[in-house]
Amino acid sequence: MKHNFRNWPVLLVLFIFSLPLLIMLTFLVVDTFTTKVPGTLVPNAFTLHHFRFLWTDLDDGRWGIYGVTLNTFIFAASTAAVVTAISVMAGYALSRLSFPARGFFLGSLIVLHAFPTVTLIIAIFLILQILGLYNTLIGVIIVKTALELPFGIWVMKGFYDTVPWEIEMAGVQDGASRFTVWWKLILPQVQPGLMAILIFSFLSGWSEFVLPMVLNPGTDAQVLSTYLATLLLDTNTNSDFNLISAVGLFYALPVVIIYLIFQNKLMNIYGGGTKG
Amino acid sequence: MRISITNFTKTFGDTTVIKDMSLEIESGEMLALLGPSGCGKSTTLFSICGIHRMNAGRLRFGDKDVTKRPPQERNVGVVFQNYALYPHMDVHANIAFPLKVRKEPRAEIDRKVLEIAALVHIEELLQRKPSQLSGGQQQRVALARALVRKPDILLLDEPLANLDAKLRLEMRSEIRRIQQQTGITAVLVTHDQVEAMSMCDRIALMNKGDIVQVCKPKEMYDNPASDFVAGFLGNPPIAFLDGIANDGEIRLANSEVALRLPSNVIDLSNGTQLRLGIRPEFFQPENDMKVTGKVSFVETQGREDLFDVTLTNGAVLRSIQSRGGDIKLGDEVTWGISREHILAFGPGGERL
Ligand SMILES: Nc1ncnc2c1ncn2[C@@H]1O[C@H](COP(=O)(O)OP(=O)(O)OP(=O)(O)O)[C@@H](O)[C@H]1O
Ligand SMILES: [Mg+2]
Repeated sequence: MKHNFRNWPVLLVLFIFSLPLLIMLTFLVVDTFTTKVPGTLVPNAFTLHHFRFLWTDLDDGRWGIYGVTLNTFIFAASTAAVVTAISVMAGYALSRLSFPARGFFLGSLIVLHAFPTVTLIIAIFLILQILGLYNTLIGVIIVKTALELPFGIWVMKGFYDTVPWEIEMAGVQDGASRFTVWWKLILPQVQPGLMAILIFSFLSGWSEFVLPMVLNPGTDAQVLSTYLATLLLDTNTNSDFNLISAVGLFYALPVVIIYLIFQNKLMNIYGGGTKG
Repeated sequence: MRISITNFTKTFGDTTVIKDMSLEIESGEMLALLGPSGCGKSTTLFSICGIHRMNAGRLRFGDKDVTKRPPQERNVGVVFQNYALYPHMDVHANIAFPLKVRKEPRAEIDRKVLEIAALVHIEELLQRKPSQLSGGQQQRVALARALVRKPDILLLDEPLANLDAKLRLEMRSEIRRIQQQTGITAVLVTHDQVEAMSMCDRIALMNKGDIVQVCKPKEMYDNPASDFVAGFLGNPPIAFLDGIANDGEIRLANSEVALRLPSNVIDLSNGTQLRLGIRPEFFQPENDMKVTGKVSFVETQGREDLFDVTLTNGAVLRSIQSRGGDIKLGDEVTWGISREHILAFGPGGERL
């Protein structure tokens, strides 16, 4: 392939700026699989000892890693599912239907999207306590979903806006109900947006830390991010940074894999809309 | 199926787009809705198929009142200007969609799709996606999809606007052939007078939300009801001369030139404001009612030459002549008007 500009200078600059990150990542990976003599930088032996959490319970009798992972998965997956389902419908309504206060909804979407959510956390905390959802996974899922929704709806609205109005009218004219038109004709065309929202909100749920930490601090339904945090603070393990790195790697792995598989789909969010 | 629109009014918010329109379209006829941009052609079309709700008036298909029926129940096929093919479905699925919606059996669907594909000549394209088709082919698919469930009425919104000149010519006769072969009642929206005249049985000329005249193309050309109609039909367009009636003649504004009036308006009372319309083919060197002017514009159109002649008072006459003479820009010419072919209009633009 021929480019109309040379790209190696760009690559070089990017490489130099990414170098610190690359070095850190390399050390993260290397450290978790090796042992070394304290005070040196070069590892001296290969070991899987740091990954022992995968096959034995840790000494303090807390939940095994798989329970926590399952929690994280439930948290991320249900957030993603609900966010996607609602965004797909609300985005359509905002893009196509004229209903009272449509402008107000559009405006508040942008405001909510830009709103620093941490400032809401005290209020949310109180509400969850009143509702009895404090310290439950459900509570965090609800809050996370609500906070992700503005972005999802906004992106989906953008995708719907690119679908020509005539296609919908053609469908109605062909005798299909409004629902059939939406389901069979419109939804397939915003599918890239749907996929992007699904993956994006899953990843966002997977890596969420503040909400579970504040709203679900107990150990009954921990997620990986808070599990990792407690490991850091825990006196039993606090010297074992290699164990913590290994858990971190385990935690980050799905994110990396999902990114690798779906990177094209995720880029759609910024490209907006489809071709052909 | 016969379409009858009575006292149709359509408003968007505060703006009234169509006011009190009535129109009858005969069964099996192809009618053109012709008019300048923004005059409400598409609005009328979309009201017939049910996409727009009518604010007032009645719409009947045959004896059935469909004014309040949703589009799904009207059995009208529509071809949109940009074709509106479903991009994620192949051609076969596109055409089959109206039948699938009605849950017809598979074998039946396949049979009908093949039949209609043969009619519009796209049998070999059935497995393609719309993005793999040329404009003309997409047009045919859109036609097939609109026709496949045997609608009572076919509506076409500027079906040729997106095609290049050569393809437009081809699809013009194709659409007409298909309409005649199926015998369907069709309404064609266009702002191209040539399209309207060449494809349709009758033309309804619209201006600012009103129908100004409905009749056969030739009749509309020869016998326009107003100066707007006369000015809209014909290419190169008709030229107008303004003046005042005086003893069976017209005295042109700001000049001494006087011309005999055509015999049907010869006894107008003196002092009546007048507007004469003279088509380019009736302003020729050999005609007898001579006027003199300067050639101010020459255009060679291949077979013919087009001249603008500016009279002494600044009015412009147009002439179209088969090629021959070597008339140049700036030449003074004395050519004649064919008196009996002059169209006379009153001060309000109405035909006299
Ligand atoms: N949804 C709408 N809301 C407000 N005004 C509208 C709407 N649709 C059409 N109009 C107005 O109605 C008038 C007629 O529109 P319409 O689309 O019928 O014109 P048209 O004759 O089809 O023109 P064109 O040849 O440009 O397609 C225009 O002035 C347009 O601005
Ligand atoms: Mg239009």
